[in-house]
Amino acid sequence: MSQQAPWNKSQKLLIKLDEETDPALGCPPEKRTIDQHVRFGLINLDKPSGPSSHEVVAWVKRLMRLHHAGHGGTLEVLFGAGVIQWSPAFFR
Amino acid sequence: MVTGVLPLALEDATKTIQAFLLTGKEYVCLMTMHGVVDETRLRSVLEEFVGDIFQKPPVRAAVKREVRKRTIYSIDDVEIDGRQVLFRVACQAGTYIRKLVYDVGEVLEVGAHMRELRRTRSGSFTEKDIHSLYDVLKLSQASPDEREEMVRQIVRPMEAAFDYVPRIYIRDSAVSSICHGADLAVPGIVKLTEGIRPKTAIALFTLKGELVALSRALMGTEQMMRDERGLAAKTVRVIMPTDTYPKLWKPRHNRSVVSQFN
Repeated sequence: MSQQAPWNKSQKLLIKLDEETDPALGCPPEKRTIDQHVRFGLINLDKPSGPSSHEVVAWVKRLMRLHHAGHGGTLEVLFGAGVIQWSPAFFR
Repeated sequence: MVTGVLPLALEDATKTIQAFLLTGKEYVCLMTMHGVVDETRLRSVLEEFVGDIFQKPPVRAAVKREVRKRTIYSIDDVEIDGRQVLFRVACQAGTYIRKLVYDVGEVLEVGAHMRELRRTRSGSFTEKDIHSLYDVLKLSQASPDEREEMVRQIVRPMEAAFDYVPRIYIRDSAVSSICHGADLAVPGIVKLTEGIRPKTAIALFTLKGELVALSRALMGTEQMMRDERGLAAKTVRVIMPTDTYPKLWKPRHNRSVVSQFN
């Protein structure tokens, strides 16, 4: 009795009202200006091993000169902060 | 080492993060067992972990250490080489894979630990359209005229993260009041997804597909379809700037004379 992952479920839309939107207002997401695109944008980033999720966010923030940035769900570092990393030099 | 899909939100989109913390995840995990285990037994034990499991977050965790119920949607593509086991696991948000591996090791009675982990999916973000830190570095070094095209390639609209989030599409005339913090009333609803229940975390969209706000449902899909009035969803977080759509409601001081005496 396993449950289906959200991406394997179909999501049906029900229509309550027959209504149209005024093209003069707002802007469809794919037609935003470049500034707006970044302001309301996301990056699907491949987190490298080593730095923490927070460090990666800080780098992107600095590289792209952003005011705000954040990540969705920490990918933990194997040897977490505060834990001594094993290095070959340690045994020599 | 832990690598893979890490959705990053930029600027105003940072406000949407609480929504994609809740999306399902998929990982490829390398587990090392601390002893030799029969293959058939290992496969059946992994199979046992599919479905609802109870998990206590590890000592070094970002949440309170209470036993929580989490759903494992699937464990498949299991490959075994001696004590090394590779598998793909799809799970609910907030499942600790390191803990899952440890628990599998306990059931196997030999012990096990997680050696490597790669996140292959977070909600609608998959490995297929992933960008490296080098892509971001190249973007930062590009000339201004190259930059626009690169930004369009790397950055996606925040709405892309909401593919699997239950949603309501609202009328143009309701947008501004939601942006000012009002809750959504039934007459503002145009379209909605099936399966919304009271307290479900939902997203409000305009008919153009722009994200307006993150909300919490106050009724289920059926009631929203049936009723003519009442509050449908409580606004939790407004994402759209208030001046995007025009104000179409009457200011309070024109509403009634009675209010002056209250």
